[in-house]
Amino acid sequence: MRAIFVLADKELRTSLGSPASYVVAAVFVALSGASFSLYIIGSGYADTSIRGFVDAAQVLVLLFSVLVAMRLISEEQRTGTWELMLTAPVREIEVVLGKFIGAFLTLALILVLTLYFPLLLAVFGDPDFGPIFTSYLGLFLLSGASLAVGLFASALTSSQTAAAAIASGILVALWSLGSAAQFGPVEIGRILEFLSLSGNFSGFTRGVIDSRSVIYFLSVNTLFLFMTARFIEAKRGG
Amino acid sequence: MISVRGVSKFYGDTMAVDDISFEVATGEVVGFLGPNGAGKTTTMRMLTGSVFATSGSISIAGFDTRTQPLEARRSVGFLPEASPLYSEMTTMQFLRFVGRLRGIPGRSIQSRVDYVMGLCGLQGREDTQLGKLSKGYKQRVGLAQAIIHDPMVLILDEPTSGVDPIQISQTRQLIRELGKDRTVLFSTHILPEIEAICNRVIILNDGKIVLEHRIEDPSKTFRTVRTLKILAKGSIPAIEKALKGIGKESSVDYHDPYFFVRFPFHEDVQPDVQKTLSDVGCSISSIEEVQSKLEDIFLTITKPTEVKS
Repeated sequence: MRAIFVLADKELRTSLGSPASYVVAAVFVALSGASFSLYIIGSGYADTSIRGFVDAAQVLVLLFSVLVAMRLISEEQRTGTWELMLTAPVREIEVVLGKFIGAFLTLALILVLTLYFPLLLAVFGDPDFGPIFTSYLGLFLLSGASLAVGLFASALTSSQTAAAAIASGILVALWSLGSAAQFGPVEIGRILEFLSLSGNFSGFTRGVIDSRSVIYFLSVNTLFLFMTARFIEAKRGG
Repeated sequence: MISVRGVSKFYGDTMAVDDISFEVATGEVVGFLGPNGAGKTTTMRMLTGSVFATSGSISIAGFDTRTQPLEARRSVGFLPEASPLYSEMTTMQFLRFVGRLRGIPGRSIQSRVDYVMGLCGLQGREDTQLGKLSKGYKQRVGLAQAIIHDPMVLILDEPTSGVDPIQISQTRQLIRELGKDRTVLFSTHILPEIEAICNRVIILNDGKIVLEHRIEDPSKTFRTVRTLKILAKGSIPAIEKALKGIGKESSVDYHDPYFFVRFPFHEDVQPDVQKTLSDVGCSISSIEEVQSKLEDIFLTITKPTEVKS
């Protein structure tokens, strides 16, 4: 447990100390903010919801979780500091959880910055807080799942570029399963939608908390963290 | 202490380490020598638990690296080759991080960090970013992180590489100091270093241990020993057996195609060797005394085997 905390603390400090994180945060807030404003202006100030923000934020979360996660293990493998991790008296799963939590907190902090938008709505309008709350819950769950995918990809290779490509590939595939659901037989479509990131995310934007979707995101999250730990273990050889 | 029993390591189909066994006791400083690709780093990585052996077993301070990995790793301090560090961290942050990761409680971490910084001569560099340190200082930080949790066993992969001459003697002094009540295994390319700080040397070539030599008195080292290099025709086991019968204090090694007989400086066994070999019916093609400095031994026994076409 202590090791998880020590590692999460280190990862969070690293990202808070890195100028790149502020660029990521600035771009995230700027783009999602622009989408937020344009949507409300487009509705003639009639729809005071965060739909516009969520539309942009879901894509940005996918994209930036890859950016945040890609260096986590790849970089250490490339520079050799990974050896320090492998020789520390720490379980693989503790290393994985520590790094994951550090990265999750980084992304969560960026999402917290965007609470500025619903705050604006609360001051100047009369928003329905239900969908706002569930949208944020969905974004946090999506962040966790996609960071776990990113962390897994990062363990596979010492090249950050390759890790980013693998993570994007998995995430885009999991996301677009939902779009693929439109074609083909209805039954298969429903299964695909149930397995897709987008299909499970859409409920949250409508103000619905479907326990199946919560379980889905947590399962993807857990599965990829577990696979990361197993992969690191297997790489020790035998 | 370190105990390695029949350990081999394959990476895919490539054999990196081939059935090696050795022990290193507490209070011993053992030098690990060998050309590049001999399996030194792989062996060290197995000792520190970062990779597992394909076969055989390794125990560190009594803990099996595979079945009791956390206990074994807790007992080891490791300086990896080229001392990789997090370049964005400061010396202080890094040592605190590594110390906490290796299980030092929060209340004693600062005193421990201060202690190892003093020991490794890092005063005044507390707040310097590691990326900005010179190679010699990086190496010192690497040594400091290896000993921060006061491990029983120290594994150092080329601890003096990239260190300037004055710092080298300090580093050697430190290793010797640390070795008094610990088990130290370190690799190097520098032969005088072995003679300067080791009790024993293990030479590795092609994944095999080709020589283990005890250095009784580091100041005299190999000058106390003479070596005959013999080329003889006949059955190899028979010759080896015959040569082993000569003198109580001599030792025999066979490195194709030569036999090496090492014997105390004050003796002259050459006539005995000639007589013994003719008794068992072998003809001697050549017999000569070789300079038994470590370097010569090293060069002779690690000579690359000719490529068969």
